[in-house]
Amino acid sequence: MLNFEYLRPSTVTEAGAMLGKMSEARPLAGGMTLIPAMKLRLAAPTALVDLAGVPELNGIKVDGKTVIVGAMTKHADVAASADVRRLIPALADLAGGIGDAQVRNKGTLGGSIANNDPAACYPAAVLALGATVTTNRRKIAADSFFTGMFETALEPGEIVTGVTFPVPAAAAYEKFRSPASRYALVGVFVAKTTGGVRVAVTGAATCVFRASAIESILAEKFSAEALASLRFPADGLNSDLHGDAQYRAQLVGVLTKRAVAKLS
Amino acid sequence: MNHPAGIEGAVTNPTGIGASMRRKEDMRFLMGRGNYVADIKLPDMTAGVFVRSPHAHARIVSIDKKAALAMPGVVDVLTGEDLKTDGVGGLPCAWPVVGKGGAPTKEPAHPAIAQGKVRYVGDAVAFVIAESLAQARNAAEAVVVEYDVLPAVVGVLDAIKPGAVAVFDDIPDNVCVDWELGDKHATEAAFKKAAHIARISLVNNRLVGNPMEPRAAIGAFDRSRGQHTLYTTSQFPHIVKLLMGNFVLNIPQHKLRVVSPDVGGGFGVKQFHYAEEAVVTWAAKRLGRPVKWVCDRSEGFISDAHGRDHVTEAEMALDENGKFLALKVSTIANMGGYLSTFGPNIPTNLYGPLLAGVYTTPAIYCEVKAVFTNTVPVDAYRGAGRPEATFVLERLVDVAASELGIDKAEIRRRNMIPSNAYPYQTPVMMEYDSGDPGGCLTKALANADWNGFPARKAASAAKGKLRGIGLCTYVEACGLAPSRIAIRLGVRGGLFESAAVRVHPTGQVTVLMGSHNHGQGHETTFAQIVSERLSIPAENIEIVFGDTDKVQFGLGTYGSRSLAVGGSALWKATDKVIAKGKKIAAHMLEAADTDIEFADGMFSVAGTDRAKSFAEVALSAHFPVDYPLEILEPGLEEQAFYDPVNFTFPCGAHIAEVEIDPETGVVELLSYVCVDDIGTVINPMIVDGQITGGVVQGVGQALYEDCVYDPESGQLLSGSFMDYCMPRADHVPKVSVETHITKCTHNPLGSKGCGELGTIGSPATVINAVVDALSHLGVNHIDMPASPHRVWRVINEAGGAARVAQ
Repeated sequence: MLNFEYLRPSTVTEAGAMLGKMSEARPLAGGMTLIPAMKLRLAAPTALVDLAGVPELNGIKVDGKTVIVGAMTKHADVAASADVRRLIPALADLAGGIGDAQVRNKGTLGGSIANNDPAACYPAAVLALGATVTTNRRKIAADSFFTGMFETALEPGEIVTGVTFPVPAAAAYEKFRSPASRYALVGVFVAKTTGGVRVAVTGAATCVFRASAIESILAEKFSAEALASLRFPADGLNSDLHGDAQYRAQLVGVLTKRAVAKLS
Repeated sequence: MNHPAGIEGAVTNPTGIGASMRRKEDMRFLMGRGNYVADIKLPDMTAGVFVRSPHAHARIVSIDKKAALAMPGVVDVLTGEDLKTDGVGGLPCAWPVVGKGGAPTKEPAHPAIAQGKVRYVGDAVAFVIAESLAQARNAAEAVVVEYDVLPAVVGVLDAIKPGAVAVFDDIPDNVCVDWELGDKHATEAAFKKAAHIARISLVNNRLVGNPMEPRAAIGAFDRSRGQHTLYTTSQFPHIVKLLMGNFVLNIPQHKLRVVSPDVGGGFGVKQFHYAEEAVVTWAAKRLGRPVKWVCDRSEGFISDAHGRDHVTEAEMALDENGKFLALKVSTIANMGGYLSTFGPNIPTNLYGPLLAGVYTTPAIYCEVKAVFTNTVPVDAYRGAGRPEATFVLERLVDVAASELGIDKAEIRRRNMIPSNAYPYQTPVMMEYDSGDPGGCLTKALANADWNGFPARKAASAAKGKLRGIGLCTYVEACGLAPSRIAIRLGVRGGLFESAAVRVHPTGQVTVLMGSHNHGQGHETTFAQIVSERLSIPAENIEIVFGDTDKVQFGLGTYGSRSLAVGGSALWKATDKVIAKGKKIAAHMLEAADTDIEFADGMFSVAGTDRAKSFAEVALSAHFPVDYPLEILEPGLEEQAFYDPVNFTFPCGAHIAEVEIDPETGVVELLSYVCVDDIGTVINPMIVDGQITGGVVQGVGQALYEDCVYDPESGQLLSGSFMDYCMPRADHVPKVSVETHITKCTHNPLGSKGCGELGTIGSPATVINAVVDALSHLGVNHIDMPASPHRVWRVINEAGGAARVAQ
């Protein structure tokens, strides 16, 4: 790890100003990716702006038909939240299955989606639930937030402050853990939302994506049987030591069926 | 004092042999009070970082140190050229073997820092020393190395192809040694008579050992006495002292101290003399300051010796009744880019002789080509050669059973050495002293409810799961090793062990052991032996190890030897203490020493109530009143060296049950049953832990772990825990451990060893279960690890879900 300046703002405005001043500064959320990358010298920001001291970023609120999760809310807190468990149990399940106990007690929702690791779990929930990402500057719809591998619509200096999840009629997340890393080799989040059935797939490609072909099948008939003849195409899916594109395509199909079966 | 169920151990003394006493050493580890090499801070100590090759094979054109030397805090930058200038020798191979026709093992030079060429990703090219670790890291990035990158050879099959890239210019075929064992003609003749021949081609996957504590080394030099000290994470400090002092750095043995304090796991990875040990020792003298190097996990992946990595073709000849007539095995084994300390011995002497297993196969022929490749050197890893042999044999037995339609337990029974045939001479070198593999098998089949399997399989099928059951019987040669045999097999040294028992005037005891404890529980096990023999509580016994200035010459810990060999040395030393104690007691009681008996901590005159306690004798030894000095010396301290007359041969039967999800290929290990013959058990709880740990490590090989190199570039693709999958607690059910004991006939304890048997039996057991689950698809083998992706592909290629449903 190289030397860096450590800054600890207490408001979002202050954090934004700090990030704006230094082009090589990075916001620090849970640090579950950034800190290891710095230790390996794969990342070397000149300054870290630690968001842990910003109270307005932390916490879970219910507002009408939405659940608003602050960006610095830890996975363990989402997993344990009575409100989340009651209104979007699939989101609590997802949070409870990320990494290990240490990661769940340090890692945050905002950090996860801002990093947009292709194998992270949270992007699947945000996308499938049609959530809205709030930043210190604007609101961004999930459909336009995740733009590519480790890429998002966030601009330099822009800080995720929270995510507003509309409460779905039903939702389920099925994850196939990579045996080594326990990231999603493939994860499928299926949600019945007011905007229709949405299916988001993580781990399978360079970025989380919506499986529109599956969505149309399920829009017609929401049942596992409707997916019986589904052969998800392998084109464009990842291949690595733990699974080639064909295997990931198989898992997309299997996990979608299992998620739908949970809801039927 | 509760025994784990099923492990035999009679208890008369609560801290004696057979007691499941808690481990004496655990409190300091649990409270974070261990003292590891990385914890050691010496005055004026510097920090060193290695610059390692990013290429698998390249010529070093130039190394420019200038920029690095100018960095803040940098003390020195050392290269292979500096080693040459100082006349530092290469790292020796301690166990070369004799090849076909008497051909010697090729032992190319192995400089501690690369000279001229790099031969694997991770080969050290420079050592940067600075005031702080951060400064050394920064400067390491500033060392400019210009490489002329050469094509690399990675896999063993590629290495032996004509025209393959040569790792060493003077070894154009990459063959380190071409070795054979057994009677080729008798084997060929038996194959001609065979009613059936079973064949298998398999890969034994390459593994990274990954002990919890990464390696570390500190060199220090005391100018006033001209004395070198090396602190290192070693399983055998005395051997490091001998190899490094004598062959690498030319330091006289009386001027070199090697300390290996608390060590967090070894598994073989820490039983080699590594380059880093020599470099810090050498650098410390050059600088006149201590130099510390601590490996990080990423560096460990590319600098710790790896394990396994075989490609094998094997054939078994059988008669019409399923009797084994002969076995033929041909293996190519990876040595990596240089020879590690024991490299060539592992796939040869520790492999071929194990191919007899627990069977009466009359003719066996094995040939092994050990080859160089542009990969990290390969050496012993828990089990070392024996898991590989067991995997070949036990997979082949299953293939034969399937092809002949014989029950897998039955075919093993038909071929098993009967318990009354011991001692049993195999056709491949070994004479097994004792064992009852049939008894182990009977118990294991009962414990695993072998006969109830069809019902469980049907229940799994009803859930859409494929269930399989796998069986393996095994033998291992451990208690390394009788020097008289090992020296004939090429080892450059002895393989005895030592123990010293120092009785203090107040009756407490300090024991100095040549064995090294790095997680096995020696501080407890050895204390229990002394407690049993001298009738003193274990809390009054301190076990000292790991410092060549304290402990007499010893050989260290590997090859499941510490109890069978080290424990036997300790037994002998306590014999001597008792004998001396009798003389002292005889003097105190005014009796003849032949009339003194020692029992329950009392030296007594036979047939009388006149007695002296152990403590009274100890005090007298140090407060010698009127000793007949011509026949009785004061003091009570005895030392023994024990050289075994044979290997020990633990054996057993393991059974695993798995359930496979045909849609995802996930293999779930449902149950694992062991019944093992390990000879006398000292601490059943420690045995339970050792066997369970070994089984889990073998399950890791079977289902999860895989060291993968890019076949073209020689880059390590599984170079972190993100990609290299270690088994975790939730991967493994509670392992059922039971013993079925026959005692070792040739050591005083009757113990055989239990450290490695888990890794020896479990890969074959688990893969046999996986193949059994898939056998209806025509699958007769699957390579390790049986990862979800691989299993799914096998199912898919065999016809997929359609056939699964049938």
